[in-house]
Amino acid sequence: MAEKVLMKGNEALAEAAIAAGCRHFFGYPITPQTEVAAYMSKRMPKIGGTYLQAESEVAAINMVYGASSAGMRVMTSSSSPGISLKSEGISYLAGADLPALIINVQRGGPGLGGIQPSQSDYWQATRATGHGDFHILVFAPSTVQEMVDLVSEAFDLGDQYRMPAMILSDGMLGQMMEPVVLPEASDKPLPEKPWATNGTRGGRPHNIINSLYITPAELEQLVFERFKKYDEIKEKHQKAECYLTDDAEIVVVAYGASSRIARSAVNTAREQGIKAGLIRPITLWPFPDKAIKAAVPTAKQILCVEMSMGQMVDDVRLAVNGAKPVSFYGRTGGVIPTPAEVLDQIKKLGGVE
Amino acid sequence: MAVVFKKPHALTDAPFHYCPGCTHGIVHRLVAEVIDELGIEEKTVGVAPVGCSVFAYNYFNCDMVEASHGRAPAVATGLRRSLPDGVIFTYQGDGDLAAIGTAETVHAATRGENITVIFINNAIYGMTGGQMAPTSLPGQVTQTTPYGRDVKIAGNPVRVCEMLATLDGVALAQRVTVDCVKNVNIAKKAIKKAFQYQMEGLGYSIVEVVSTCPTNWGLSPIEALGWLRENMLPYYPLGVYKDIKEGGENK
Amino acid sequence: MSKSLNVLFAGFGGQGILFAGKVMAYAGLFDGKELSWLPSYGPEMRGGTCNCSVCLSDEAIGSPLVVNPDVLVAMNLPSLDKFVDAVVPGGSIFLDSSIIDKKVERDDISVYYVPATKLAEENGIKGLANIVLLGKMLKELEFATGESIEKSVRKCVPAKKAAMVDFNLKAIEIGRAQ
Repeated sequence: MAEKVLMKGNEALAEAAIAAGCRHFFGYPITPQTEVAAYMSKRMPKIGGTYLQAESEVAAINMVYGASSAGMRVMTSSSSPGISLKSEGISYLAGADLPALIINVQRGGPGLGGIQPSQSDYWQATRATGHGDFHILVFAPSTVQEMVDLVSEAFDLGDQYRMPAMILSDGMLGQMMEPVVLPEASDKPLPEKPWATNGTRGGRPHNIINSLYITPAELEQLVFERFKKYDEIKEKHQKAECYLTDDAEIVVVAYGASSRIARSAVNTAREQGIKAGLIRPITLWPFPDKAIKAAVPTAKQILCVEMSMGQMVDDVRLAVNGAKPVSFYGRTGGVIPTPAEVLDQIKKLGGVE
Repeated sequence: MAVVFKKPHALTDAPFHYCPGCTHGIVHRLVAEVIDELGIEEKTVGVAPVGCSVFAYNYFNCDMVEASHGRAPAVATGLRRSLPDGVIFTYQGDGDLAAIGTAETVHAATRGENITVIFINNAIYGMTGGQMAPTSLPGQVTQTTPYGRDVKIAGNPVRVCEMLATLDGVALAQRVTVDCVKNVNIAKKAIKKAFQYQMEGLGYSIVEVVSTCPTNWGLSPIEALGWLRENMLPYYPLGVYKDIKEGGENK
Repeated sequence: MSKSLNVLFAGFGGQGILFAGKVMAYAGLFDGKELSWLPSYGPEMRGGTCNCSVCLSDEAIGSPLVVNPDVLVAMNLPSLDKFVDAVVPGGSIFLDSSIIDKKVERDDISVYYVPATKLAEENGIKGLANIVLLGKMLKELEFATGESIEKSVRKCVPAKKAAMVDFNLKAIEIGRAQ
């Protein structure tokens, strides 16, 4: 087995992307994702790849669009306000059926907000990374190791389904170091992309990368096709970790950084005799509603914990569909909830004061 | 039978959607002829803008990418960095290049991004129905300057070639027009040079084509050419603003 | 030591707060422990106060943010003042007494006053007060084996500053002798 090293989440993610065959990175500086770009600027020139600091987030995502059009495995990274700027380009990527990896190392918002960790871009990531009827794949790692493991999965699924994928990280996961085993560079050939605009070499008919469809019926049909694809993804690619949920009466649902805090609280609750468990969504789109539904029968209470005012809780409520009470606890603005705070909530719901 | 006139191979059979008298058609043809003459169709990727030439991807036989409004230089940069031996061009209008896409334009130029930019300046937003463009002339009446462009309110027009010529990354910045045969020939030479400079790896080249929009100017095609000569060309003088091989001339 | 140890290193930017945390973290890695290292980040890292959370445990780390440390390593007065009351009862504080001219009033924690800056200067290893404090902490808490600490120092010192390895090891020994 490869050596365990200590690495910041942001750097490990960048190295994992390189191992997954990514050779094109376009970005713009913003805290707290800076290390992703800095790492790429150091590594890419040494492996014949491209690191380019764009003049804006808007330009960066459109460079991604260009490189993806050419068939490259390409990525960009940013943090919340920068993702808002990129959302135009993400919509165009989705509309042109182009794969690309987008990293959001979330910070507090709205506006300039803060620079401390936050999870307040859940709605943006899962509902509205741009205008129009579309989804992107959204992955939510909770450890540095998982960040690494999800990078190649995000690239692969994005290529397979020809759609953008996002890793929804946050300032805590990006900045923290944990032991991690980096993947070996993949020798698996990257998928063929016969649709790419890389020149009609040999005189094949010209390829067009485009998201403009003036005829409503044509656009509608295309969106229908895309949603069929989305249905297949929802069926096949939901991912969640279920921790102590088999007999759980209090089911906590949390992802990413807040799931780490929730897990500590669940452990303490168990020590105190409360039957608590944790469902940790790993894919946020597709949302793992099957895992949530499976936990409903034993659950008496469901508690969603987020570093926001309550965004994922909407999806939890949709999955629970009124079968059991769903409550929410969160801190926002860059404030990180403590395990003790979450434990208090669990105790209250369990009728233990 | 002797062929006296034929469509360049680099153009598809799709009929143009452009209005009568619009000069987009001429410029499309010139670009296609240059692609044919240089024998580069198989390795060329074009980037279409948002604006009247939004459907350019249907007209060129090479691979084509449709960009979002103003971002063609960024998309072209992504293509450039991915396809080292490819030939990359953008085809952009004045709103696309000189308003919403100014940042992308200036930075692609100053990076010396090795691409060719065909810039159609007709002083109006054509596709959306004739609003003021960044290059609309002082006093020019448009849908959104119904009393004429008042520079105290709406600001001054942008002279793109003059501005970009100051940047180190620019290999060629030339303004041409296509109002008569002589000028069409000059325009074609400029476009060809802009592609050749890219093939030589010299950096960013831009050919600005001062163009007409008879429909939104409210003029007949012939009147529009006259208006172009009387009003546009004095404000936007034709000539070479920067040429790193041959130096500036006929300015 | 207990099955988990949550440490907060705090001081001015430039005192090696993050580095000391990293040496501790890597030692934990070599000892086969679960661990996390989380720095404060943002404008304050450019010369203002700076801190870093390190968790060592036999089990997976939950929150990597240390709010109530078992151990506070304080290298300036603002940091001591800010975090002194957050230390868990029964916990400990290691402070640089050449910089912090103040006694801790709590009596439910162990406080170690180490004139780390002065010791470092006297021993020709100016700038390694952070590692002197880490050495003292190693002696009192035995959070890692001596072998792991040495390996960690070798790992954390960048190759182009290889000469610093011996100075760092010396700093550990000076701390342990206190």
